[in-house]
Amino acid sequence: MADKPTLAFFSLACCEGCQLQVLACEEKLLPILEKADIVRFREASDGDADHYDVTFVEGSIVTAHDLERIKEIRAKTDTLVALGACATIAGVNAVKNFQDPDDVAAYVYGDKKEWFPHIAARPLKAEVPVDVEIHGCPINSDEFLEVVTCLLMGKPYRQPNYPVCVDCKLAGNVCLWNKGIPCLGVVTRAGCAPLMCPSAGHKCIGCRGLVDNPNTQAAKDVMAEFGLTVDDVLREFRLFQGIYDEVAKEA
Amino acid sequence: MTEASKTLDIRVDYVTRIEGHGNIVAKVQDGELVECRMEITESPRFFEAMLRGRSWADAMFLTTRICGICACGHGTASLKATEDAMGFTRSEQTERLRRIVLAAEQLESHWLHCYFLVAPDFFGAPSVIPMAKTHTDVVLRAMRLKKLSHHICRVLVGRHTHPIGMVPGGYMKLPSVRTLKELRDHVASFDKDVQDTVDLFATFETPALERETEYESITHPQEYAFFDGRLMTSDGDEADSHAYRDIIHEEVVRHSTAKHVKNRRESLMVGALARFNNNHGQLNPEAKNAAERLGLAAPCTNPFHNNTAQIVETVHCYYDILLLLDSLIEAGIEDEKPPLEWPAGCAGTGVGIVEVPRGTLVHEYEYDEHGIVTGANLVIPTNQNLANIEADFRAYIPQVMEEGKREEEITHLLEMLVRAYDPCISCSAHLVKVEFK
Repeated sequence: MADKPTLAFFSLACCEGCQLQVLACEEKLLPILEKADIVRFREASDGDADHYDVTFVEGSIVTAHDLERIKEIRAKTDTLVALGACATIAGVNAVKNFQDPDDVAAYVYGDKKEWFPHIAARPLKAEVPVDVEIHGCPINSDEFLEVVTCLLMGKPYRQPNYPVCVDCKLAGNVCLWNKGIPCLGVVTRAGCAPLMCPSAGHKCIGCRGLVDNPNTQAAKDVMAEFGLTVDDVLREFRLFQGIYDEVAKEA
Repeated sequence: MTEASKTLDIRVDYVTRIEGHGNIVAKVQDGELVECRMEITESPRFFEAMLRGRSWADAMFLTTRICGICACGHGTASLKATEDAMGFTRSEQTERLRRIVLAAEQLESHWLHCYFLVAPDFFGAPSVIPMAKTHTDVVLRAMRLKKLSHHICRVLVGRHTHPIGMVPGGYMKLPSVRTLKELRDHVASFDKDVQDTVDLFATFETPALERETEYESITHPQEYAFFDGRLMTSDGDEADSHAYRDIIHEEVVRHSTAKHVKNRRESLMVGALARFNNNHGQLNPEAKNAAERLGLAAPCTNPFHNNTAQIVETVHCYYDILLLLDSLIEAGIEDEKPPLEWPAGCAGTGVGIVEVPRGTLVHEYEYDEHGIVTGANLVIPTNQNLANIEADFRAYIPQVMEEGKREEEITHLLEMLVRAYDPCISCSAHLVKVEFK
């Protein structure tokens, strides 16, 4: 990297909420701006550059144009960071992958559907090498700061590889399964604490994707014990984890 | 006009400092405007189609993901649509909490837009980042205020993007009275920052453009409407929520993945200025005072003043949140539980309409008897403004060319005009289906 590394931010198909979480770092961003130059951040600033040391890309690939853009971005980038669930696991964009693509387009655009062609939603890593992933919908601002700090210091970033249940227990939450509410915390990668959904009384919806070796058998047993049907389970998993279809199939 | 000012060829790919991807195209040949478009190039996102098959309990978790900035607004509209379909009547406590969250989102979005995206134009900066050195006080105040609105959402719904805990029928976790008191004291301590914001924006000189259009918003007999009310337009039309198609007429246009909307004229306008024009008499005294200091009076037909109306609304929402917190604290918190089951055999359509920062938002869901979505239609504020932005271009380009402005200046002014609408293109880039199956 050069003396003062350059950072860039791009969006593909998404809500741009992850870039907002970057802005939500607020005054904690200021020390980073001392150490690095943000050369491209369309949502917040004018300007661009020919080469980026670190590029953060949020959003999924859903059109042929997105595919071209991610390849161009990759070619100009040393370290590519996938920012948020849409970029790491295709996020909610993948929900449409389970419907007939022609019907999806016709339902939304009517007889003008040919004007707006689309391809199956996919995460960045399906098309280009990704160096670092920051999970979540949206990302956790603290994790973003930790990743940037590691990158600027040349240290590896290790993402949490244990399920949300661990943090939930530490937070002292009553297990939602015991209240009759199906919760995906049993197989979902942790890292969202202290903003995790169960702490606000809601089930985990799996936005950070699966841990590397999820205990799917235990998850299935719990789900069966609570009388969930295959349809219920698929619906739960496919909100965020469309590409992890094999887990759903096992259920 | 001089010879040089008779031609113009502007193409801005990916307008900066707006939410989402949009291009401006404008061409003038021999003094005649031959091409003028606001292109929306955001990838299509198909939320209406994806909603089909989702359960009533989860519809909101999909639709909040339409937009990172107005996630709480989408959540509120989504819950209202689902509750409408369930035939559920919200408690006063739930309504008050929802109103606070919706108002906090207006604060977050308006402050973010005015300070971070618009103010750099007035300070001659490319973004807010260099302003941290040149205008430190302003940037620090902007960050404090943004953090305040985040904090309100964090206390009540876990976070602003994307809210957790609010569900059909109420809340999974309710704040304690003590938490609300702490929140009230914290919010109250920002009075000076809110007022200083008014004084700062009163010093900015707004570009001149007068073009009257049809202003659409909701309206309510008792309040400056954000959370509830009937649809209305300044041309005299009114409609109940289920009849929103009587006012909102949509069409697909080729250069935009976001649909255009009109009613009686070629275009209409939604957002802070439309709300101000339609409902200004119901602003609270603090907001009326702010409007006076900012020199904003209804009816205002300069679209650049949408930013000014946003600042007036931040004042209204800020003091409204204090009043709502007071009434919640006084009434105490009831331990209400939201329903965990869909009402047996209840099939039908629900509509939820709210005012979000950029204007009127409609969510319409059709449910089967098991509470599974079978059809959906979403009308997004930015879509409703797109035709109006283009109509403004057609009025504004000849005007600034007549004034002898150079191409770079005109380009910058057009970008400022687009920015004044605060377009949220991520939201808008999925169209609506024409009718239910």
